[in-house]
Amino acid sequence: MTSQMFGAPVKRREDPRLVTGGGRYLDDLGHSALAAAFVRSPHAHARIVDIEVSDALDVDGLVGIWTHEDLPGRVGEPLPLLIPHPTLTHGRTQFALARDEVNYVGEAVVMVVARDRYVAEDVCQRIRVDYELLTPVVGIANARDGSALVHDDVPGNVACRMLQEVGDVDAAIAAAPHTLELDLDIERSACMPMEGKGVLARWDSDKGELRIFSSTQTSTGVRAAVAAKLDLPLAKVECIAPDVGGGFGVKINHPWPEEVLIPWAARLLDQEVKWTEDRREHFISSAHERGQLQQIRVGFDDDGRVLGLDVKFWHDNGAYTPYGIIVPIITSTQLLGPYKPGAYRCEFWSLYTNTVLVTPYRGAGRPQGCFAMERTMDAIADRLGLDRAEVRSRNFILPSEMPYDHGLLFQDGRPLKYDSGDFPASLAKLKALVGWDDFAAYREQAEAEGRRVGLGIGCYVEGTGVGPYEGGHIQIETSGRVNVSTGLTSQGQGHETSFAQIVAQELGVSIEDVFVTTGDTRRMPYAVGTFASRAAVMSGNAIALAARNVRAKALRIAADALEVSAEDLEIVDGDIRVKGAPGTHMTLGTVSVMSNPLRYAFDEAAKAATQFAGTADYSKPPVADDDEPGLEGKDFYSPTQATFANGMHAAIVETDPVTAEVKILRYCVIHDCGTMINPMIVEGQVHGGVAQGVGGALYERMVYDDSGQLLNASFMDFLMPYASEVPHIETDHLETPSPLNPLGIKGAGEAGCIPVTAVIASAISDAEGFAITSMPISPVELWELRQRHARGEIPSLRGTRHTPSAPVTSAPVTSAPSTPSREAP
Amino acid sequence: MTEPIADSATEELLDLTVVVNGVPRHAKAPARRLLSDFLRHDLRLTGTHVGCEHGVCGACTVLVDGQPMRSCLMFAVTAQAHEVTTVEGLGAIDSMGPVQQAFIECHGLQCGFCTPGFLTTITAYLEDHPHPTADEAREAISGNLCRCTGYQNIVKSVLRAAELRAERAGTTT
Amino acid sequence: MKPAPFVHHAPRSVAEAVGVLAQVGPEGKVLAGGQSLIPILNMRLASPAHLVDINQVAGLADVVVTGTEVRIGALVRHAQLEHHDEAYAALPLLRQALVNVAHPVIRNRGTTVGSIAHADAAGEMPAVLALTEGVVEAVSAGGTREIAVADFFEGALETSLGADELVVGVRFRRFAEGTGTAFMERARRHGDYAMAGVAAAVRVEDGVVADARLSFVSVTDVPRTLDVTSAFAGQEPDAVDWSAAADLVAGAIEPDGDIHATAAYRAMLAAELSRLTLAAAAARSVALQQHLSDSEGPAA
Repeated sequence: MTSQMFGAPVKRREDPRLVTGGGRYLDDLGHSALAAAFVRSPHAHARIVDIEVSDALDVDGLVGIWTHEDLPGRVGEPLPLLIPHPTLTHGRTQFALARDEVNYVGEAVVMVVARDRYVAEDVCQRIRVDYELLTPVVGIANARDGSALVHDDVPGNVACRMLQEVGDVDAAIAAAPHTLELDLDIERSACMPMEGKGVLARWDSDKGELRIFSSTQTSTGVRAAVAAKLDLPLAKVECIAPDVGGGFGVKINHPWPEEVLIPWAARLLDQEVKWTEDRREHFISSAHERGQLQQIRVGFDDDGRVLGLDVKFWHDNGAYTPYGIIVPIITSTQLLGPYKPGAYRCEFWSLYTNTVLVTPYRGAGRPQGCFAMERTMDAIADRLGLDRAEVRSRNFILPSEMPYDHGLLFQDGRPLKYDSGDFPASLAKLKALVGWDDFAAYREQAEAEGRRVGLGIGCYVEGTGVGPYEGGHIQIETSGRVNVSTGLTSQGQGHETSFAQIVAQELGVSIEDVFVTTGDTRRMPYAVGTFASRAAVMSGNAIALAARNVRAKALRIAADALEVSAEDLEIVDGDIRVKGAPGTHMTLGTVSVMSNPLRYAFDEAAKAATQFAGTADYSKPPVADDDEPGLEGKDFYSPTQATFANGMHAAIVETDPVTAEVKILRYCVIHDCGTMINPMIVEGQVHGGVAQGVGGALYERMVYDDSGQLLNASFMDFLMPYASEVPHIETDHLETPSPLNPLGIKGAGEAGCIPVTAVIASAISDAEGFAITSMPISPVELWELRQRHARGEIPSLRGTRHTPSAPVTSAPVTSAPSTPSREAP
Repeated sequence: MTEPIADSATEELLDLTVVVNGVPRHAKAPARRLLSDFLRHDLRLTGTHVGCEHGVCGACTVLVDGQPMRSCLMFAVTAQAHEVTTVEGLGAIDSMGPVQQAFIECHGLQCGFCTPGFLTTITAYLEDHPHPTADEAREAISGNLCRCTGYQNIVKSVLRAAELRAERAGTTT
Repeated sequence: MKPAPFVHHAPRSVAEAVGVLAQVGPEGKVLAGGQSLIPILNMRLASPAHLVDINQVAGLADVVVTGTEVRIGALVRHAQLEHHDEAYAALPLLRQALVNVAHPVIRNRGTTVGSIAHADAAGEMPAVLALTEGVVEAVSAGGTREIAVADFFEGALETSLGADELVVGVRFRRFAEGTGTAFMERARRHGDYAMAGVAAAVRVEDGVVADARLSFVSVTDVPRTLDVTSAFAGQEPDAVDWSAAADLVAGAIEPDGDIHATAAYRAMLAAELSRLTLAAAAARSVALQQHLSDSEGPAA
């Protein structure tokens, strides 16, 4: 047999070129292209009064300057609203270049194309734009207040109000023995891939064809959007995602203004034009995410079981809503995690602010939802004096209850129905890994040394692998080389490797013979994109199905030629042979030759397939009526619903008693994404996710001042963690296969970052003895909270300290309102 | 008062020669050309990446006379006095350096964009510290940003690269 | 983020360099390591018409240790000074502080003199120059002058240097024999600009504290020395409450708040780091005295 490929920690196929400087990222292409730069709004909210370019016109190397009034037809219309929703009653999108009004600092106003980027920036510096300032709306509280408006025609700044309810929440909470209320908030961060966005466009004026390279998470999406904007037939536009230096969500939104303008300029100028986003542009004109204010009301019984959960939250969607309300929908549904909430109601408002727009960032609304739910679980445990893990386990959906239908609609417009998962087993593994039951003793010892430590926990469920579909195409060349293509893109997830593993396994070929292409519309024009931890599930299964088709065809042809039954054949290392009689065999390459009847012999092997080779059966046409030439196979995978991965994290933190600095001493992860294709890659995804989560919990935030200026638009001041800030991550895996797809897999991409903010808040609360309700948290903020706590402005936790699991029975019932949350009247 | 440069119309192109990966390379570029852009666009050595252009991320790190430095914080004109080594100079696909090989073995990269800066930094570090501990390895990479890996496998790669160096030294002496 | 055009000057001697500076005046900017300057140019926060690149100027890259001073030329990189064993032996505070300057890769290129001339209140080496009561050597076409540290720093990013002057070197004064030093800072991330930092020098003589001084990073507009001897004079180091200088420290600093830390938090940090550095410096002094009395050897 071919060695087991699926499930093995195979080294990555893409790495040799990437470690030797052979990667080809967007800015590595088009060395002779003209360069674009943009004059961007320095104001958060203003009307454009005048644009004066005369000072810029004599700069040597200038090619062109364009403002909105120069943009013809659909290029000058607002960018598309990609994901409409009935509740998104006031969706708004920006123009590729601002028309009359700017709504965030960084919005593009003027495009400059010049000999190179240096000159383009010289030109930008000489263009004067006069603005009439309007009142900026910054921060969720101001947006909710609604006294100033981002868009004149959007009352209350409300883009969308959405309500989903299952059961009678008011009745359930009214009848509950205990109730709690929590006010929470979570601030903005951003994807911050190391490579910013970028677009290169080549116009072929002879053929009227456009080739676009974009650092995107969806080349098919960009292709369709640009074709529509430029009024070109789809057949005349192709889009290729080259090597992409990270995405994390920000590159799924499309078309970005530049993705429309650069191709448009390339056609207009009949020259290659390139735009490479610089870091400052990425901060002020790409996208952010996370900002929400949340209000939670929960009713629960004496054992800590949730009977009714009522959640309201206000989501900051920035200045425009090109990506619809996907992020808050995900928050509102994925908030439930591994728990049965009893009755559940979630109402949210998605609000405009004069800030950079908000589109999904790894986790995409889930970290906020997890924060809400997990802070609630900790609060319930504290109220009842129960162990925090115990309270969670009492609320778990059990394996016997799978599939579990929450009765809600998920982000794909389909039922929120968990397919599988073993939450009690995950929790047991987590407790063992972190030493949950030994922590009290550890803390005692630490406190004797004058150290302050705390233990935190967080659980989540992640809907992954959402549709609608992906495709796989496989073609075997006469050399035996296996070409695989799928339309979605790669940003570092190792698709060239994991998809090759699937093909090697399914076809019985060596992985060295498999070559995977992603994100190239010339090779696979039907695709959706890489987001929502969907690539392995969607393209992985599509490719597996395509491989099975190719295998069947190869066996059919070989069976004919070898005059045996196809069932008696196996493929080992690209060689088709009769089981038990390996002497009777032929290679896949040979089958490829035979599958394609030829008129012309282009090489030695091809001779066998030419018309005078003497192999023809004159009673049949060279290609049968129900067959196609070539050893190829194609298939698509389109599931009825998402598949749900899950995980549980725990952390031990130490807080400095004087300076309130927080250090993560241990970070433990249990992760279940179903069957793993490549555990090495999954592990890497988890590590990276946790690191981003740590950034979001302790370091990163977008700091806007009242006028809407982003005060930390650089790596100097936006504190992405270095290695020195990220703890060693201890992991253990559970593999609960998904019953929904042939490979039994679930997505893994986003998982790592989802619970981290909740876990760190839980651990700091445990260390400090009062509840943390606002994240991220800096040393200064913790220091100030301590002072407020000391003044009695913040109540102490009742349980104060982590104690190991208590039995389910005699749960103490208390009612004194001295908890971090308010006892409801 | 001297005449400031009015605009790029008068910008002079300099004949620049920088020794890169052992080879003197010539190109015409203005004085303001950053070494990173000179390597990438004038010499078309695109292995050196640009992540922030203010010296924080480390993706553009190259070796200048063997010492890691930010090529976005150096002008090509100044680099003429030095020998520059880029990721392309650390080894090719069929002759990889120990750090490159270790990154592959340990899954030390995902998107690969920050990787060249790590590879150059670690290569120089191991010259001076051939046997680092895990903590020292982590500190050694703490001036470079990576958004994909969470650094854990990069730390592992540093330790593995140290082993590979020792093994190679053992076999060649 | 690309710099605006400039004329590049590459003088080979100090005379040539100051000649160019005299000619270009305020339109010129000196480029040494460039680790602070080039980010500013790339962001076009500054667009000098002329850059006087002194990297080819001969004779500026030396570290010279004498009985009383450590002198470094304008092209001595942070890393070079950090790893200079003789300089460390003469003035351990140099290395104690230098390891906190950004990241090693930045220290490979950035110059110590450059960071002093940049006069960033968040810089470590200005605070070291202050604590050592050092001297800045400036040359112009008109001649050479020595500027005492107290007269050099005038405000945030402001010095008494003329536009036509080039700092060719600085001299750190060595502490009296038996003085222990320490340097500590706290940043949000390892290698970031400090929210606060403190350099301390303590001399214990005859078993009691004889001298104790501090200088600060990020909490004063201008680096300067604070003499806190009065809080500890005559006390045995083992029995000292090193937080006794807290009031003196509070009176000497004027922290500002920014997005990373409030003024109050920085003040707290300055007090805490003063306590810690004083204790550490005193312990070193005691050890040095011990060593001296044991061996009568040179101070280390």
